[in-house]
Amino acid sequence: MDTCRDVSELVSRAMDTRLTLVERGRVRLHLLFCAACRRFERQVALLRWGARRLGRGQ
Amino acid sequence: MKSPGVPGLTPEQLPGYRPALLRYARLQVRDAAVAEDLVQSTLLAALGGLAGFRGESSPATWLTGILRRQIIDHFRRSAREAPLPCGDEEDPEDAAALIDRLFARDGHWVTPPASWPDPADSHRQEAFLAVLEACLQGLAGRAGQVFALREILELEPEEICKDLGLSQSNYWVLMHRARLRLRQCVERGWLADGKD
Repeated sequence: MDTCRDVSELVSRAMDTRLTLVERGRVRLHLLFCAACRRFERQVALLRWGARRLGRGQ
Repeated sequence: MKSPGVPGLTPEQLPGYRPALLRYARLQVRDAAVAEDLVQSTLLAALGGLAGFRGESSPATWLTGILRRQIIDHFRRSAREAPLPCGDEEDPEDAAALIDRLFARDGHWVTPPASWPDPADSHRQEAFLAVLEACLQGLAGRAGQVFALREILELEPEEICKDLGLSQSNYWVLMHRARLRLRQCVERGWLADGKD
């Protein structure tokens, strides 16, 4: 079973590249049981949304 | 004098855009003096290219586009002058130290990410963006540069690796580090603020 440390890294990487099938499975399984990493995933997406908004001067 | 035929933008108006441009530059360039220089050369480039401004976009958008190029070029230059494969001299904390601080030995979060307020309503959105802007300004080193290129300037990862001479795995490490730091900074600033 993956740790939060491993999964947070995969979640971050998934923002920029498509993970392998196995990696996606590992992430999904972990997120099923881990609220902290589910939050991390949402927050990373929110950081992207916010940075783009600032970058577009909105 | 060049004003005829240039709708909406005269040389006299250019300095008025300086504060907004500086704010934009400071999102991405940590060194205030460098940000000033970039804005200065943007305004000079704009002055020289005023005849090319056709008013198809707003002056602010046009000027930001010029500044965007200046910032990307600046990052490219600094990557050439100080090629740091992954290490980060200006960075007080390397990746391993950051990971060790945020994660316990067993791989769990030391402080698990808190639940953030839903930023759907516009008041919260503004608060979130204000905190994020401050956090971006404090994001140090190459991780900060890479994050800015990717998320603010919206370059593709391949392009960034090529420009900065990074391997793919260096890139991922830097982005992950930037995200971990930013997340923590936003959480501190936003939740501490959002008690009302």
